[in-house]
Amino acid sequence: MTEWRGERLARDARIAAGRTHATGKVVPAAAVVDLLEAILRPGDRVCLEGDNQKQADCLARGLSACDPGKIHNLHMVQSGIVLPEHLDVFETGIAKRLDYSYSGPQGARIAKMLYGGQIELGAVHTYLELFARYFVDLTPNVALIAGVSADREGNLYTGPNTEDTPTVVEATAFKNGVVVAQVNEIVDKVPRVDIPGDRVDFVVEADRPFYVEPLFTRDPAAMTETQILIAMMAIKGIYAEYGIRRLNHGIGFGTAAIELLLPTYGEKLGLKGKIATHWALNPHPTLIPAIESGWVKQVHCFGSEVGMDRYIRERPDIFFTGADGSLRSNRAFCQTAGLYACDMFIGATLQIDLSGHSSTITQSRVAGFGGAPNMGSDPHGRRHPSDAWMKAGREGQIVGDPALMRGRKLVVQLVETFGDKLVPTFVEQLDALELARKIGLELAPVMIYADDVTHIVTEEGIANLLLCRDADEREQAIRGVAGYTEVGRGRDRAKVEELRARGVIRRPEDLGIEPLDADRALLAAKSIKDLVHWSGGLYEPPAKFRNW
Amino acid sequence: MAGDRSARTDPDTLSWYEATARQRVTALADPSSVREFLPPTERRMSPHLPLFDLPRAFDDGIVVGEATLDGAPVLIAAQEGRFMGGAFGEIHGAKLVGLLRVALELKPKAVLILFDTGGVRLQEANAGETAIAETMRAIVDVRAAGIPVIGLIGGRAGCYGGGGLIAGTCSRLAVSEGGRISVSGPEVIETNKGAEEFDSRDRALVWRTMGGKHRRLTGGADAFCADTVSAFRRAALDLIGRAPAFDLDTLEAEQARLEDRIARFGDCHDATDVWRRLGVNDPEAVPAMDTDAFDAIVARVGEMDHDAR
Amino acid sequence: MESLTFRHTTKKPLPGSVPNAITGVVASGNLEVLLERVLPPDACEVAIETPIAGYGDVWEAVVADFVARAQPGGLRISINDGGARPDTVSLRLLQGARLMEA
Repeated sequence: MTEWRGERLARDARIAAGRTHATGKVVPAAAVVDLLEAILRPGDRVCLEGDNQKQADCLARGLSACDPGKIHNLHMVQSGIVLPEHLDVFETGIAKRLDYSYSGPQGARIAKMLYGGQIELGAVHTYLELFARYFVDLTPNVALIAGVSADREGNLYTGPNTEDTPTVVEATAFKNGVVVAQVNEIVDKVPRVDIPGDRVDFVVEADRPFYVEPLFTRDPAAMTETQILIAMMAIKGIYAEYGIRRLNHGIGFGTAAIELLLPTYGEKLGLKGKIATHWALNPHPTLIPAIESGWVKQVHCFGSEVGMDRYIRERPDIFFTGADGSLRSNRAFCQTAGLYACDMFIGATLQIDLSGHSSTITQSRVAGFGGAPNMGSDPHGRRHPSDAWMKAGREGQIVGDPALMRGRKLVVQLVETFGDKLVPTFVEQLDALELARKIGLELAPVMIYADDVTHIVTEEGIANLLLCRDADEREQAIRGVAGYTEVGRGRDRAKVEELRARGVIRRPEDLGIEPLDADRALLAAKSIKDLVHWSGGLYEPPAKFRNW
Repeated sequence: MAGDRSARTDPDTLSWYEATARQRVTALADPSSVREFLPPTERRMSPHLPLFDLPRAFDDGIVVGEATLDGAPVLIAAQEGRFMGGAFGEIHGAKLVGLLRVALELKPKAVLILFDTGGVRLQEANAGETAIAETMRAIVDVRAAGIPVIGLIGGRAGCYGGGGLIAGTCSRLAVSEGGRISVSGPEVIETNKGAEEFDSRDRALVWRTMGGKHRRLTGGADAFCADTVSAFRRAALDLIGRAPAFDLDTLEAEQARLEDRIARFGDCHDATDVWRRLGVNDPEAVPAMDTDAFDAIVARVGEMDHDAR
Repeated sequence: MESLTFRHTTKKPLPGSVPNAITGVVASGNLEVLLERVLPPDACEVAIETPIAGYGDVWEAVVADFVARAQPGGLRISINDGGARPDTVSLRLLQGARLMEA
């Protein structure tokens, strides 16, 4: 007779073993290792919650302290490889296989360990892609998650950084998995229930509050004239031109400069209400002046940002907040919003090749993708029109029946031609290809494929790739904005001038922008302190960004 | 010499913190009144930096010259905090010392020093240390001749190391919120005493310990300015008008005041403890206060207005 | 340190009569540009001191584009470079020329 409840029985056994270290569902921090050794089995698929912001760091330390004799060959399936412990477990043999999305701070070490064979890599995913696989072929046996507080029944308050938690719990709890939550404190009543208690099997009161890094704070004091010039060109040449209302911004200084120019330069161009009204975006502090000046209608967030909590609480008309008043973020929903409901993604990258493929991977760092490939792609499943989407579609359509034409999402790369230490952004070949060869990846880690990119903006000008009619035009359009890089100096000057005459390439002067007007005086805020003033004292920047 | 980005030098809006040394001087003084000594065209550059494969600056990171302030003649020196952290090298120091010495002949209404320095340049440390000593000696001579020396502090590099010592010899100091005054910098303290003693990355701690508000509240500075050039100009004019006499009485009062300060606050562990003891009701709120609110606190506490700084 | 000098002939002198000007600061990723109206009206010389060796051809291209665009006849331009990117160099050169025209 077929056993239909094998997984269920196995889960019950794991929970029963774990209960010997718990009082009800509550486990003291000191017993984390015992708990994990009781509920884990060799070869388990484990999601150790590592989001962009919120880190289950107490559970990560516990997992890395487990006895590799008892717990080994785990298959880690988590979006972020952020903490050192996330990789320590591969050095001790506790974990063996890895499927992930993003490894920003651990990018160099992960590259070394991949090369050294200590990690068996499944794939580097986008967030949505990994979340999707949680429900198909990478469903966790055990999820180790993080929240701000829980009651004794396991009802969980994630705080403003809800991020991945609902998705991870959904996949684990409803498919015979075990869910362990670390919380900063156990309370009698949680401020709001983000995860109902019947989906949480154990609650660990962490020895210290979980770690959060201010990833999205860009100090206006560090913004350069070049970044301001690029931002001016983007606003006038793309936002205004296409009437972009619904959008997602990357996290670089270029897009932060755009946020700070909306209430000044954007206002001067008469664009208020016409562009940048609806956002899928983390609560960037640099968006505060635009919000306070009435530019922004609403913002849905992937996660929160350190120091923004009070401000968000006082602006519920703008942000998604719970009955308790605090932000409710959700990475899966916000990624979906960015993919299907935004008309433009605009962000930076480290390398762009002659076709327009881009990557943030260099030979020594595997940074992963996060959400950029989803944000920065044209979703073929989209079926609702908008002016911006239809205009881009018309520009890109060369042949075929106009009645069957569909729109295009604008995918804009905003880059300076040279990065730090005079490293060129434009290259003949992406480092990602060499890295893929070196560590034997079947799929080269390209962040945004050329066929998704519509525009490249540099300090030299805007290249509209939608208007390019063949590969040669495309290459010359890219060379034509690549400045003094080798790629840029290798341009066919006559061809570039022809593209300029056709509006494929537009220089600052073609847009009516004088480069010498790109002045820091245009920034709505020139310092973090200015952002605090704009917020009426509600924004509380972390100590590392203060100079008062 | 045509100024650095002259278009941006409206004193009412120009941020002191953001401005270059030359912009500060141009916007601080009466319009078109600045005459620079040893300007960049003279190319008096460091003879030492090329040995270290380091770039030089045409003015060695300091602007010196004469100008008028409300019509009265003044001498001005301004350090460029972004060139080598505004640090003292041989030429840099010699220009400042020379300016102070010529003050004895020119007898200006005042000498203004626009500090923006991390201290002595490591690559020319001996010359730099000597320059610090010579500058302090020269300031003493200038003050003894009855000419006030006013320090203005609000740049990125703060006023550290030998710069902090020199500031201590000035007649009066004006500081903005972003300005910092100390001798050992945050990183130096952390390196020598550990992060438990002083966490240099905790910038809130750095500023409440060394920043403009703390220095003003405890009388280490005599005026607190908003971060604009015109605010510093008003402060400079005010301080020139009420510079203390440079005599034995002043020095003895200063000594007494320093002893009193140690007695009153020596056991405090944090600047907020000092502020509470000074009578500030809500010391935690001080760092976030705007200039007007802070001025009101200063006026009420009253501790810091004292002839002996 | 690498020293580079480029000499150009211009079609016309730079307008204005400001005798000299300076812009920018020697700092990481930045540079100072000193401009002096001391050469014959159809001559321009740009002398560069940079701590980053091996970018002579980039400097040459940046300077040539600047000369073509601004026609800075009569100027001797001296640069102390702190490792600035080419776009920053172009910007400072144009800022300097504007100051001289004022």
